[in-house]
Amino acid sequence: MLAYLRRRVLSSALPLLVVILGVFFLARLTGDPTNLYLPLSATAQQRADFAARNGFDQPVLVQFVDYVGQVVRLDFGESLRTAQPAATAVLRAFPATLQLAGAAMVIAVLAALVVGSLAAYRPNSAADRAASFLSSAASSTPDFWFAIMGVLVFAVWLGWLPTSGTAGAAAWILPVVTLLIRPFGVLVQVVRGAMVTALSAPYVKVARSKGASERQVIFGHALRNAGAPVLTVAGDLAVGLVNGAVVVETIFGWPGIGKLMIDSILQRDFAVLQAAVLVTAVAIFLLNILIDVGYALLDARVRQGAMA
Amino acid sequence: MTTSLEVEGLSVDIHTPTGVLHVVRDVSFSVGSGRTLALLGESGCGKSMTAQAVAGLLDPVAEVVGGAVRLDGTDVLELDHTARRALAGPGLGVVFQDALTTLNPVQQVGAQVAEPFRIHERMGRKAARERAVELMERVGIPEPRARARAYPHQFSGGMRQRLLIAMAVALRPSVLLADEPTTALDVTVQAQIMRLLADLRAERSMALVLITHDLAVVAEQADEVAVMYAGSIVETGPVREVFDRPRHPYTRGLLSSVPAGAAKGEPLRSIEGSPPDLAAVPSGCAFRTRCPLAAEICESETPALLEVDGRAAACHFAKELTDA
Repeated sequence: MLAYLRRRVLSSALPLLVVILGVFFLARLTGDPTNLYLPLSATAQQRADFAARNGFDQPVLVQFVDYVGQVVRLDFGESLRTAQPAATAVLRAFPATLQLAGAAMVIAVLAALVVGSLAAYRPNSAADRAASFLSSAASSTPDFWFAIMGVLVFAVWLGWLPTSGTAGAAAWILPVVTLLIRPFGVLVQVVRGAMVTALSAPYVKVARSKGASERQVIFGHALRNAGAPVLTVAGDLAVGLVNGAVVVETIFGWPGIGKLMIDSILQRDFAVLQAAVLVTAVAIFLLNILIDVGYALLDARVRQGAMA
Repeated sequence: MTTSLEVEGLSVDIHTPTGVLHVVRDVSFSVGSGRTLALLGESGCGKSMTAQAVAGLLDPVAEVVGGAVRLDGTDVLELDHTARRALAGPGLGVVFQDALTTLNPVQQVGAQVAEPFRIHERMGRKAARERAVELMERVGIPEPRARARAYPHQFSGGMRQRLLIAMAVALRPSVLLADEPTTALDVTVQAQIMRLLADLRAERSMALVLITHDLAVVAEQADEVAVMYAGSIVETGPVREVFDRPRHPYTRGLLSSVPAGAAKGEPLRSIEGSPPDLAAVPSGCAFRTRCPLAAEICESETPALLEVDGRAAACHFAKELTDA
């Protein structure tokens, strides 16, 4: 297990470096922050002072080497906007996103397990076709459109839910539903496929020959065997939720990392943007380790083989 | 001897996109407690389909279209789903053929062997596991307590077959249905598994239905044999008599294709042709296109399986074959 972790950490060092490289240079393509932070009337001297104070007068390569040097000492620099450490801003925003994405993912997986299993139990039945329709509709709904329509219908017309913010349970509904709709749609198909295979395996007949109820057959025997592909795709979708979070948090004014990233880009707040991307990348790396551990928990063959 | 299982006029259809296949046609047999009946036939002859219909494990595309399956006097085909489920285990045990996923690959074998006790006797996890360990010991798993925590892939084929047997006999069913229990195993292990089945049958006075294509297994293990061809039973009777003096040309063909009696260098004998496509079974006698004795009557009339002194053969020339 320790050897496995060491291997994983080493093998993800390179991708992380690529992420740092990418975000560093791409952020600088958005333009010169000096124009944004100083008034139009600022003199050339004032501009030069601002650039020198923030290190923007150096050649980009020098800036990059300095930055990497700071990052390895866990110094992520200061926000241009607030003059606070960038790490503080990111760590303050991160839990909000984690809660939102966590809630969306848990609900999406549970709902997809139930709907997908029922669809697989009687292939080509009316229930199966209904589930297929629901799932293709859900997986092809653009999240920004759904979010805006949700606000229009439930907040503006019906007045049931708030348009934005985090106050109260009702404020969670639209952001969570917007985030979970695509993962749910995709997962229903994955669960259905994996369950059709599992339910036709001989051990299902064996279980029935022992007098197991259909509920025991589906949830006790087949579902765990169908777990691995579901876990793979669910992990992938969870990573994709970071993208969804950018849209959803912007529309609903949710103070998470997606909103922080967008604001930082618009404000050319390089330090915060870089820190946000880096923290997200590390989170995704940790998530992948969790998925591997999940495989091992599901299947003893993985426990004894691949992770040794 | 009491009759434990009586199958009467059982017929099974499979619905395919191109039409209906009659895979089991009017099959009847019975087995008494402590006795062994072999259902013998080539692959595709309907013997496994018959077994699955008896056990209530047919896939949704297959359907029982007629007949009765009486388990200790109760016609299980008349029972509702719940009542039938209650008999799966205590009334009828099924020994499946070992394959990669006949045992659930992600569950400890102890839990799988314990499952019948959990379901039917509502035992707690611990008590059921104790029973499972005893049972594993009975079927010859070494160090059963430790091995109960292992997973199917950590066992050999023979050991997995023993586990499958343990599950089937757990609740002391009156009928044990064994579907090709030794086909996947090598010969020495086959013999051990057959001995285990025979011992358990005697010890628990179960009726054993042995589904197989292996003539040697039938000769050694069974009291009675029913030979199936193209979905029907073509000959039935006590094994010794049927094997010594077959009254159906198909049974004859099968027996003469055993290489044991052939001298070295002599070509092996086989039955000409191959079993009919179930979508196009010949009219009259299904075997007539491969039969050396086929005559006009075989095409126009389906021979009935008529019982004469404890034996029966569905052939127009059964009498001639008997006298020959």
